Formats: sequence, C-alpha cells, structure tokens
Amino acid sequence: MRRGLALPIIAVLGFAFLYAPIISLVVFSFNESRLVTVWTGFSLQWYAALFQDSQIVSAAILSLQIAATSATIATVLGTLAGLALTRLGRFRGKTALTGMVSAPLVMPEVITGLSLLLLFVAMEATFGWPSGRGFTTIVLAHTTFCMAYVTVVVRSRLIDMDRSLDEAAMDLGATPLRVFFDITLPIISPALISGWLLAFTLSLDDLVIASFVSGPGSSTLPMVIFSKIRLGVSPDVNALATIIIVVVAIGVAGATWFGMRKPKNR
Amino acid sequence: MSTGVVQPRPGRIWGFIANALRRMGLSGRTAIILAPTLWLVIFFLIPLIVVFKIALSAFAMGRPPYLPMFEWGADESLTITLHFSNFLFLVRDSLYANAYINSVRIAAISTIIALVIAYPMAWFIARSEEKHRNLLLMLVILPFWTSFLLRVYAWMGFLGRNGIINNTLMGLGIIDEPLVMLQTEGAVFVGIVYTYLPFMVLPLYTALVKLDQSLIEASADLGARPFVTFLTVILPLSLPGIIAGSMLVFIPAIGEFVIPSLLGGADTLMIGRVLWDEFFANRDWPVASAVAIVMLIILIIPIMLLSIAQNAVVEKNQ
Repeated sequence: MRRGLALPIIAVLGFAFLYAPIISLVVFSFNESRLVTVWTGFSLQWYAALFQDSQIVSAAILSLQIAATSATIATVLGTLAGLALTRLGRFRGKTALTGMVSAPLVMPEVITGLSLLLLFVAMEATFGWPSGRGFTTIVLAHTTFCMAYVTVVVRSRLIDMDRSLDEAAMDLGATPLRVFFDITLPIISPALISGWLLAFTLSLDDLVIASFVSGPGSSTLPMVIFSKIRLGVSPDVNALATIIIVVVAIGVAGATWFGMRKPKNR
Repeated sequence: MSTGVVQPRPGRIWGFIANALRRMGLSGRTAIILAPTLWLVIFFLIPLIVVFKIALSAFAMGRPPYLPMFEWGADESLTITLHFSNFLFLVRDSLYANAYINSVRIAAISTIIALVIAYPMAWFIARSEEKHRNLLLMLVILPFWTSFLLRVYAWMGFLGRNGIINNTLMGLGIIDEPLVMLQTEGAVFVGIVYTYLPFMVLPLYTALVKLDQSLIEASADLGARPFVTFLTVILPLSLPGIIAGSMLVFIPAIGEFVIPSLLGGADTLMIGRVLWDEFFANRDWPVASAVAIVMLIILIIPIMLLSIAQNAVVEKNQ
C-alpha cells in the first residue's frame, strides 16, 4: 500500500515545484505593499503603474511587432524546409540542410547572438546593410532560430500525413502547386498555427540573442525586464508577468482547442 | 492565417505563379530547397565562420574592436601569431578554465537532479489512465510556454532574503535569521532544474509509455523484486529517453547566462556569463569569439550523444 502511494506523492510534489513559483508571482502582483513577498492587502496599483511606464509600453509594442514579423517569416521558411526534407526525395545538400536546420536548436544562445552580431557588423562594413542595429537585425536573428522549431513541428506533421491524398489529387490532374495549396496546406494548417505560436512565444521571450543584435533605442520587453530585475524584485514586473501568463494561457488553450478540432485528418 | 487559401480558386493563379518562377529560371522544387538553405547559410553558417575568423584576429581599440585578419595579400605568419594570442589567453588566465570546469560541473549536477525528479513524474504519467495522460503532459509543458525570464524571476521572490521561504520559516519560528539562498550556487541548480524540467520529462515519458507492461510482469513472475526489475528491465529500456532528456538539459545549461546572473552570486562563474562580460563589459570581441569556439568544442560530444539517442528513439518507433 505504501508503495502505491509513493509515486503519486512524488508526482504531486513535482507539479507543485513547477507551479508554486508562478502562482506566487501572480498572487503578489495584486499586493498593496512595495515588498513583493509580504501580503498587506489587495490592490491594482502595480497594473496602473505598468501602463504609465512608457518605457515598458513601447518595449512591449516593439517586442510584439518583432515576434509577429519573425514568426511569420519563420513559418514560411520552416514550412519550405519541412517540405524539402519530407516531400522532395533526395537532393544534393539534403544532409547539410537537415543539420543546419536542427543545429540552432542546440546552439547556446550566447553563441547565436554573438555570431549574428559579428555577421551584421561585417555586413554593414562590406555592403552598408543593415545600417545600424534594431528592428531589422532582431527580426533576422529571431527568424533564424525560430524557423528551426517550426521545421520540427511541420516536418513531423508532414511525415504523419496520409500521402495518398496528394497522390489522388495528382492523379486527377492537379499541378504540384495546386496540390500543395488545396490539399497539403489545409491538412498541415494546425501544425503551421502551432509552429507560428511557438515561434511567436520564443521570439517574445528571447533576452540573450536580442541583447546582442539590438541597438540603442530598440530595447525589447525582456531587455527592459532584465535591467529592472537585475537590481531585485519589483512589483510592477509581477503585474507584467501576470498579464503575460494570462495571455499565454489563453493562447495555449486556443491552440489546443484548434489542434483538437480536426484531429482525425491525418 | 493561411486557412483563407482553403477555398478552391481558379487554376490559372497557380499556373501563373509556376510560370513566373519558371521565367526566373527556378523550378518550384529548386525554390523550395533554395529559400531555407540560403537563409541558413547566410544567417547560421556564415556567422559561425565569422566567429572563427574574429577569434583569430587581434583586439584593437575602435569600431569594430578588432584588427582585420588579412588585408588582401597579407602574409600568413601574421595570421598564425594572432591565432595563438586569443586562445593562449584563455589557457593562461585561470578564470576561463575555472569557468569552463564550473559550467560543466553545474550543468552535470543540475542534469542529475532533474533526472531524479523527472523520472518518477514521467513514470507516473506513463502509467496513469490513458485519458488523463494528455492533460498531465500539458501540465508539464504549460510552464515552458510562459516567459523563461519571468520563471527565473519568480525564484528571486522565493529565495530572497525577504523571500517567501524565509518569511514562512521565520513566521513558523523554525529559524531566527533569514537563510542566504539567493546568489548561491544552490539557487543556480534550482533555476536550471526548474526551467529545463519539461525537457527531461518529455523524452522520458516517450520512452516509458512504450515500455511493454508484460516485461515487468514477467520479471515479477520470475521472482525479481521491484527494485531488481527496475534496474534490469525498466532502466535499460528507457536509456534512450534518459540520454536524450539529460542532453536536452545539459547542453543549454552549459551556455546559460540568465540563471547564473540572476540567481547566482558574483563568484558563480559560468562560461555563458564570462562570454557576455567579455563582450559587453570588456568589448573584447576576439576573446569573446575564442570563448565561444571552445564552448562549441565542449558541446560536440553531448550533441553527438543527443543525436544518437534521438535516432534510437526514432528507430524504435518504426
């Protein structure tokens, strides 16, 4: 009997370990006191302070723009890479593409950030583009590491997909391009959406790579948060965290719902 | 997003696009391969080559803060002397060696702690009823979707001098003085285990859920005690999951910057942090590049282990 109980207890403790810090973050965002960890009373003042902080608001807008742009480009490129690796048979450089597309997944962020910055500096010196660093360079950097994740998601969906549908359309005389847009794309669209959401989240979350490739006047939200919390805990960051957690929870729930809506068309 | 394309459209549009591509001298096939390949060559492969090149260049005051490695037609001996300077610097100054050793040690200890916590969780999920499994898995993955930076920040509130743990313990009268937990190596372990735990649970779950229950029963029927069954049957069969999960924690932990700088003390040297300081504080791009290259060399074996383990999992599934 004792053995039967040990495992659930360990599992519950594991889940508690995962969620307790997040829950305390949310709870103390509604705290009245400046002290983040002593409860004095309910208040929404830190949320009000957050929206009056123009630095945070403009960083949030910049981060959302960067995330949307790089997630979109990464989804297009990641889908192409997924197609190339699953649907085009053998071609020269396939091994190289396989390696290059998964390498960013294991590359330490500091190295990705450093290498891209050095590239941008060298490019600017040689071609005069990109002039300076900011929105463009962060988008280029984020697209590169996000497309690796999109490729993984899209590729596994393409491997699972029933190829006879493609073949049937082809037999009925559809051109490859038409087969892609009318058959393949609708079937893999849940994977594209979850790939896009994953890319969007990763871009929104990135501190290290953005710090390397951003320039003066283009601080992203994680960069602003990092410079604030480096000095210690601050309650408006708790309020910001709560907003992000709520948005993410809604997004994940939405994505799960979308993914479950058509689970049977593989 | 792309679902608007679902409705059938006149075939001429596709014909038009195909013709346009053909006129540029590209078949659709080539275009599909070329676009992601070119992107990765420019923004992944070439940057790494640039890092190599700059690691072999000399530091200079200026913008950019390094000397050109070769003016066109410069003599090669120059390159070789410069080569040694940055890497020799890493060897001579014990700061770097200590940072590398520390990173490997901290990453290894964190990986073992994560494995010990994740294994029972993965086993519990894999052995729970099928209808509950997806919900439990989602509970493991969900924190991963919330900001990494904010999850580390949450622990600052937990472990700090006036943090929740100290306040609770002092409120209960268990301790009189606040414990020093933040800015210690222990806090770095907690941070790494916490943020990378989902990466450990998922491959372990994948390995354990496929494990044939009858093998465990057979082992028990033949008189093996549960612990013996675990050591001789379950553990070897879940080895690919153990290796994959461990490497997925170990590899990012080696280069970690955020966790040691927020939770660690000034003396918690980790190589990601050294690289960051070398670049942002000292503005020494050549040494930062050399640090990056040595880090990559350290990661070669773990990355190879990871890919072997993942291939083993894929082969099993087929």
